[in-house]
Amino acid sequence: MSALFDYTLRLADSALILGHRLSEWIGHAPLLEEELALGNLALDLIGQARALYAYAGAVEGKGRDEDALAYLRDCGQFRNLLLVEQPNGDFAVTIARQLLYSAFAHPFWRDLARSRDATLAAIAAKAEKESAYHLRHAGEWLIRLGDGTAESHRRAQAALDTLWPYVGELFESDAVEEALVNQGIAVDPAALRPEWERSVQAIIAEATLAAPAGTGMQSGGRIGRHSEHLGHLLATMQFLQRAYPGASW
Amino acid sequence: MSAGLRERALAAASGVVDPEIPVLTIADLGVLRAVRLAGDTVEIEITPTYSGCPAMRVIEQELATALRAAGIGKFRIATVLSPAWTTDWLSKEGRRKLAEFGIAPPAGISRRSHFGTDAVACPRCGSAETERISEFGSTACKALYRCRRCAEPFDYFKCH
Ligand SMILES: [Zn+2]
Repeated sequence: MSALFDYTLRLADSALILGHRLSEWIGHAPLLEEELALGNLALDLIGQARALYAYAGAVEGKGRDEDALAYLRDCGQFRNLLLVEQPNGDFAVTIARQLLYSAFAHPFWRDLARSRDATLAAIAAKAEKESAYHLRHAGEWLIRLGDGTAESHRRAQAALDTLWPYVGELFESDAVEEALVNQGIAVDPAALRPEWERSVQAIIAEATLAAPAGTGMQSGGRIGRHSEHLGHLLATMQFLQRAYPGASW
Repeated sequence: MSAGLRERALAAASGVVDPEIPVLTIADLGVLRAVRLAGDTVEIEITPTYSGCPAMRVIEQELATALRAAGIGKFRIATVLSPAWTTDWLSKEGRRKLAEFGIAPPAGISRRSHFGTDAVACPRCGSAETERISEFGSTACKALYRCRRCAEPFDYFKCH
């Protein structure tokens, strides 16, 4: 399997799984404006995923299209970050997850837009603009929640504590990334950490929250080792194509 | 002969409207990027405003319908992502139509800090006394604002 296929698939999977998670809020958001916001974020992410899957399928050259890649692979074949598959929890958990991911995604897409791979660069240039909105949206909410009532503060802190173990994986890389970084195609995620720390720590401070310390670290998404939550997500997301193969409308 | 074909294709494609903002054509929006000939085949390029814009598939169908109605049977429609769409591509005519339709056209730049808002004039009364209700509106390209003078809510076509 080519490194470019693997790399593109990882990016696509993270975007799709986070997009699907956000779509689970439809009909349940705390207020109408937020319902629209979360739906819009989900659409952006699923749009990014579609472009990436289409490209991954073309790179692979075995005739798999975006639907085959999204709906006809099982847990062990998904390559997304563990962070994005974590359950929505309460609104604070969803917002914290969105912040931790977007603070990474925004500089990531910005740098990938300079990739020597023209297709990845084009997808990244669009995703970068979108992730700027996502980061601002999540940052504003985390500040409101952290600097809000005693209850919202408590929940926001608990959300950060819950998700912090999944932060380290954002900045990990393996032979797939390293090979592509050397060719000027991929972004070295570790290089983005200082910027991520600055933006996240500034928001956490303004939110009167504390960055968790000594939480340990979970990883394994890029080799298909997932938390138990992904299977449940896929069961819902893939049901239609599993039950009615090839269905379209 | 082929010059005539391109003119007909351009006219047909330029008349296709955005399904979500039907006062704007895809030419006004800057979504229509190219209309050209490859032999006797018309090649059309469109670009999405946002990655997940659900209007793209409808726009493709409408394009195909418009081309066939203009007697053009041989065409290809491709979606291109680069260069990435920007509100700068919205035509002057498009901005005027948006405002008339009650949607504030994009103003200023989109790179803001937390809680910052664009200075947006109310499309109903022109007042600058407006406030953002949500950065995300009924479609990906719009935000929701409210006018403090006439008290009406309105859509803002956000800068991107
Ligand atoms: Zn007004």
